[in-house]
Formats: sequence, C-alpha cells, structure tokens
Amino acid sequence: MEVLKESGQREVFCGLTSIVWLHRRMPDAFFLVVGSRTCAHLIQSAAGVMIFAEPRFGTAILGERDLAGLADANAELDRLVTDLLARRPEIRTLFLVGSCPSEVIKLDLAKAAERLNERLVGRVRVVNYSGSGIETTFTQGEDQALTALVPLLPAGDQRQLLLVGTLADAVEDRFLTLFERLGVGPVLSLPPRRSTELPPVGPGTQALLCQPFLGSTARALQARGVTLLPAPYPLGVEGSRRWFETAAAAFGIDPAHTAAVLDPLVARGQAAVAPHRRQLEGKRLFLLPDSQMEPALARFLHRECGMELVEVGTPYLDRTLQQPELDLLPPGTALSEGQHLERQLERVRAARPDLVVCGMGLANPLEAEGIATKWSIELVFSPIHGCDQAGDLAELFARPLRRRASLAFA
Amino acid sequence: MELTLWTYEGPPHVGAMRIAASMEGVHYVLHAPQGDTYADLLFTMIERRDRRPPVTYTTFQARDLGGDTAELVKRSIAEAVERFQPQALLVGESCTAELIQDQPGALAQGMGYGDLPIVNLELPAYSKKENWGAGETFYQLVRGLLKGQIPAPGSPRPDPGRWRSEGRRPRLNLLGPSLLGFRCRDDVTEVTRLLASVGVDVAVVAPLGATPADLLRLPEADANVCLYPEVADATCSWLDRQFGMACLRTVPIGIGATVAFLNEVVELLGLDPARLPQPDRSRLPWYSRSVDSTYLTGKRVFIFADATHAIAAARIASQELGFEVVGLGSYSREQARAVRAAAAELGLEALISDDYLAVEAAMAAAAPELVLGTQMERHSAKRLGVPCAVISSPLHVQDVPARYAPQMGWEGANVIFDSWVHPLMMGLEEHLIGMFRHDFEFVDGHMSHRGETAASAPEAPVSGVWTADGEAELKKVPFFVRGKVRRNAETYANERGIGAITAEVMFDAKAHFSR
Repeated sequence: MEVLKESGQREVFCGLTSIVWLHRRMPDAFFLVVGSRTCAHLIQSAAGVMIFAEPRFGTAILGERDLAGLADANAELDRLVTDLLARRPEIRTLFLVGSCPSEVIKLDLAKAAERLNERLVGRVRVVNYSGSGIETTFTQGEDQALTALVPLLPAGDQRQLLLVGTLADAVEDRFLTLFERLGVGPVLSLPPRRSTELPPVGPGTQALLCQPFLGSTARALQARGVTLLPAPYPLGVEGSRRWFETAAAAFGIDPAHTAAVLDPLVARGQAAVAPHRRQLEGKRLFLLPDSQMEPALARFLHRECGMELVEVGTPYLDRTLQQPELDLLPPGTALSEGQHLERQLERVRAARPDLVVCGMGLANPLEAEGIATKWSIELVFSPIHGCDQAGDLAELFARPLRRRASLAFA
Repeated sequence: MELTLWTYEGPPHVGAMRIAASMEGVHYVLHAPQGDTYADLLFTMIERRDRRPPVTYTTFQARDLGGDTAELVKRSIAEAVERFQPQALLVGESCTAELIQDQPGALAQGMGYGDLPIVNLELPAYSKKENWGAGETFYQLVRGLLKGQIPAPGSPRPDPGRWRSEGRRPRLNLLGPSLLGFRCRDDVTEVTRLLASVGVDVAVVAPLGATPADLLRLPEADANVCLYPEVADATCSWLDRQFGMACLRTVPIGIGATVAFLNEVVELLGLDPARLPQPDRSRLPWYSRSVDSTYLTGKRVFIFADATHAIAAARIASQELGFEVVGLGSYSREQARAVRAAAAELGLEALISDDYLAVEAAMAAAAPELVLGTQMERHSAKRLGVPCAVISSPLHVQDVPARYAPQMGWEGANVIFDSWVHPLMMGLEEHLIGMFRHDFEFVDGHMSHRGETAASAPEAPVSGVWTADGEAELKKVPFFVRGKVRRNAETYANERGIGAITAEVMFDAKAHFSR
C-alpha cells in the first residue's frame, strides 16, 4: 500500500496529553510534568475543563534559575516532589514526565527518579518517561508511560492473557466477562487500575493490544518473553470479533464455542450499527492525523458503515502493529503519514468530503467552510471498544451529519 | 521551579497569538515543537472562531535538533509569507525554541523581504506570562510600524482640542480589546456608542479587527483610550512619550466609572459639558435603589479576576450595589499596585497570586455569599456551594455569549446588574420564604402547582444529636433551605460543645448566623 509521507506543520497534540486519560485509569498515581507554563496550559486546554479541586497531574514549571543551573534544578525538583507527596499521601506511584524544555536542557529525569526512589523506597515508586512534543505525538505518551512500567513488572511464568492499553473501566469489566465466557484466562491488564498491582509477565504471557499506538510497549514486552497476538483492534463489530477470536485461538478454545459466545454479540452489535449505517453509507470520509487509531477507524467506517475513504492520515504508521488493519482496508486507500497542514487542508478543500475527522483547532474553521467535522479527541475519551460499543462508535460519526440535516434557518 | 495544577494565564507566546489572531493582515511565525499547536483551539473552540489563528508553527522535532533548525525556521517563514501575503510579520519562539537560540527574528530580517514590516518578538517564556506577552507584542508591533513617524525631539505635544481648529469631530483610539479578553467585542460597540453620545468618533480600534495600516493611523487621533491596561498599557505610554498623545485611563465599567470616563473625555477634548448624559441612561441605579434590592444590602462578595475587572467589580459591588466586599485579588502581577490600592480603600489586603488553591482557601475563609471571578473561581465556588458570576478571563466557551453582553458603559452596567444578581435568590422570594415557611405548601411533597406529589430528594438522615423538638422544628423549615439551616445549627452546636440540638439551639443558631 502506497503511503504519502509528509513533514511540516503538524496540528496534533504532544504526548503529554495522554495524561488526561492515564491519570483516570490509575487513581493512586500522580503525573508530574517537568516543563514550562506551555505544558501546563496545554494539558488544561486539552482537558477542556477545570473541574477537579486538585487533579492528579501537575506541572513543575521551570524558571530562569532552573535553566541557569541544573544542580539547582535537581534540588528544586526534589523539594517540589517532597512537598507534593506530603500533601498527597494517597499517591503510590509518581510519574516524572519529561517535556520539550526538560529534554532540550537535558535534565536527567531517569537519574532524578533513581534518586527519589532511594529516598521514597517502600512508600512511593517513581517512574519517568518523556511526553515531549519533540519526540512523541498525542497517544505516544501512553506508549511511553507503559514502556516505562514494563521493566517494573514482576516475572511470572503462568499462562495468561495480558490486555495492553487503557480501556474505560466499564469496557474492561465487560471484556473480562466475555473472556471468562470464552474460557480464556487468567486475564490481566496493563496499565492496572491500581498502580501498585503490576501484572507479572513472562514467557507464558500472551499480549493483546487494545490500542494500535503501543509499539514501544509491545517491543518492551516482547523483550520480556511475552508473545504478541497480532489482531485488528477491538473497534467496531468486526474488529472486536477478530480480536476476541485471536485470543481464543491462542488459548486453544474450540472455534465452535468461540462462535457460540460471540455470534449473539455480533448480531446485536450489527443491529446497533445499522441505523447509523443508513446515515453514513456512501458518504466520503477524510481522517486527519491524530491518534494512530485512524486506520482502525477507517476500516470500521468503510466495512461496517459503508463510508468511502478519501484519505486516511496518521501521525505515525507503525507497520508491524497496523498490518492487521491495513490488510482490511480496500486496495488503493490513500494513506498519509505525518503532516504538512496547509497542503493537507488544500486536499481537504479540493475533495469536499462529507465528513472530516480532525482536532479541535481545525473543526470550527472547517465547519465554517461548509465541511462537516467530527472531533477526534472524543475517540480517546469515550468508551468505544468492543461489539457492545460499535453502535455508539458509529453514532459519533453519524451525529454531525444528522445534526446538519436537522438544522434549518430559512 | 513551581508546582502548577491549573493556570490563569498561558505562556507569553499565547499572548502574542491573541494579538495576531485579533488583527487582520498579520501573520505570526512561531518557532515551536509539535504540541504547541494546542493553542489554536483556544480561538477556534472558546471564541468559536471560523478560521485558524494566523500562526505558522515550525514544528521542530528531536531529530531536527542535531541538524539545522535555523533552515526549518527560514523555510517556514518563506512558506508563510508566500501563502498568506501578510502586511506585517511577527516572528518569535515558544519556550522550547527559546532554549535552542536560533534567533528566528534575526533570521527573518535577513531574508530580504524589503518593505514587509517584520517584528522580532522576544518574550521570555520562563519569567513572563500571557497578558504580558500580549501587551509586549502589541507594543512591539505598534512601535515597529510607527517608528518612522516619530516626531523630532522637542516637537510640541499635539493639542487634544485641535479638532475644533481643524474643522472636524474629535476622535479617539480604543486600545486593548483582543480575542480571549472578557467581552471585548461588545465593549467596543458600547464604548463607541458612548463616545458618539458626546459627539466623539472612534478613529482606530486595535488590536481587535485592526490591520497594520490602521496602526499607522494611530497618531491621527486626538488621544488614546486605554480600555484594557493588561494589553494596551505599554503601547499607550509609548504613544504618550513619543507622539505626545494623551491617554484616557479610566476604564468605563460601572456607572461611576462611566460617568468619570465621559467627564474626562469632555474635559480632555474641550467639549461642551452640557452634552454629558445623565447616569439614568442605565437601569442599574434605579434597579439598585428599588425595594427588591434591599436584600442585596451587605451581601458578602469575594472578587478575584484580572486587575481591570477586579478593580471595577470592587467599586461597583461596594458603591453601586451595596454589597460588602470581603475579599479582593488578582492574578495580574503587572497591575498588582492598582489592585492593592483598590483593596486598601475597602480596608482589605489584596490577594495577588496565580495559585488557584490559595485563592480557593481565601475564598473559603472569607465565607462569601457571592463570588465574582474567573472560570477557576466558578469551579471553586461550586465546590463551596456559593453562587458565582464570571467577570474576567480566563474564559470558557459560555463566557462568549451569542447575545450583546458588554461590561462597559450604560448597557454594561445593566448586564452586570443582571448577571451578578441572578445567581442570588430573588429578594421578594427570599422574604416570602421567611414569611410563609410554616405554611403547608412548603411541606415536602406539595411543591408542584399541578397538585402532584413531588418526589422528595433523598436527604441525609438527621444526625443523632437532634432532639425530638429540634427535629420537629427543623422539619418546618422549607426543604430547599433545610440543609443549610441544619448545617448551621450543627456547626453552631459543635463550636459550643452543645450535645443536643433542641428547637431553642436551632433558633439560637439562626440568630447567630443571620445578620
């Protein structure tokens, strides 16, 4: 499959943004960005609301004194962490998150984590990773955070399934029920709900990725002897079915039993998608690069909702992890990797698609040009995984079209 | 290094974006990594702008750092100039680019664009913030465009009354309104009407809606109005120093300030004082005097905002609505002195802080009945169960209303009366509740006029310290204020070590908490 590679201005969040959903997954963890006022402002703006009295994330804002002397910066960081942990005794894991400025001044957060770990041993574990925009795009922040956890996972030989990537708690519960019905187990998750309950891994572990953007985590797990189960991602009925089937097959479950468990779910999911398919069928879709979920979403919207794919953009195309999805896209799909914003917008305007999936910075401007949009940010904040959510997932894309059709001002 | 959870202001380059996005014909090339484009959504989502801000980000990555990021800057500038054909170009860097010192401004100057005005923005990201960045950018842009027109040293200051001898109407510039400022769009309309009512025209409004060509016309006005000191203070001072342009610095928010503003306009321009309109152009004075407003007397108000809106709110609250200001503060360090002075007049010590938790603590300690603040205070007030009206940036999408809702001038005073008073219970209603609280209509389950039984809200069981008669009396309190009465009585009893809350204790508590 031909891929258009572009570089230039990108209209994509940096990896720090992943903190918005990671901190909700692990309520006993704190994410401390070591960065600038820009970092703090970014997370606050991306989160959109400021409703938490004291959120479990924050920014240690570097000042001029910290830039002048790194020794001071380290002492300052230790002081700030001590204060923070004194005020938040419930915190068990502290993520020190690197940013663009901390990377550029080469503030060694790995060493800082090591130093703090010695001091806090037995109370709080300190982990570090980089969510900087010079190295990571949006969802790659989660990939980096999970990669940093992999060396801390205890060794365990048991035969087990490991689900990798943050899911909404309700979706995870549903998946665990289904795996039990299938006879697949035990099933553990990375990240876990409690940051201290890290799943053991070893050669008996088979890993199933919940998200397509976890390439670095996948490789780190493989280095621990974990087997990766390649599958399409559990978005839409078809992706979810194949995802469960892959796990069931790896655990030697009788295909007839698997089908007996999944068939009713598939039928119900298809019924839920059907009304939205009527809205979406034949409509032309343009996905701007955002979360790396674009190939999976394109597959769902094309194969299950009947949409035509004008262009499928992704900030980064991990061939290994995306191959199961690419195999399901129609031949000749226009894929693009990276971004040159203005050129891509020219293609959007030329193609006049019926729906553009894009970030919040672009949505209103495109709407003002008469082009319907769907904000991509909802796709990482909403529970969209699994057969049971397929109808809701389709609805997210159908709603802007339905709304436009329902409005009249004359 | 300081810990920040939520922040009132963004970094200074976001202030620069506010200037660029407010204007027409200006483009901003920002040397910045991927991710900094988040700032676009402030404009397209909060302000619902129909176009992206005019900003090109160089989007450098780690792999570029070993190579030639300066080349990337030049390429971005060339593409932006070619594509957007700006009348003026701003060039600057965000926090990370500041560290790698490519000096994009100098690079741009060397690219041979001849007549294109290029403004090199150096905004120290590690010591300054958004409003300072906006003010500095506006100043640098005005200075860059007007430096060729500066009169020779020793030239006489132009007379603000020269319009008369020139045979034209007097005209003023309105400086400071910008995107993401609080209600700037409508304030400009209102102040324009206000000036028209005394026969004064508006020459240039900037930065909101202005082009670089408009900025070149600034010295043609008789004087400047510094509408928002956070953005326009440095520019107004410079125009005063270099061009001898007088500046009106009263911000016309509230009746008193609007009257004072008009008096200054009339005096400065040498207009006929008989033309001054009466303050009854606004309904606020009568609404505030009318009997229903009696209940506003002495309401405890906590105020925290940018300096302009905090100072105005304190004056309106204390003088025009009869509230008691129990806390006043601002996150605008640059204008701290003025806020401190306003607080001192009210016998308060101003809270100058950008730590929203410190603000929330001060709010809780002041026990206000109404909070006037930013979106941050709205959330804090919600947690404390205190009504709140938003009076200042930082904004949320709901602070950019579809309707006309200025803060300045006569209509601004009307808007302020409504939006501050509506979160409170209406006066007559509050009175009637006190009068009729023993009537059966107020007993649970008889709320609906349709005679249906309303489902009573689940209520925490009365704690064991209540005696039977205390509990019986508590039940007579209308259910929608019962929670507060119960809390007050329990607090009162706790503080005094009273074990059993009888009806008498409840009435004692009521007497204690009512003023």
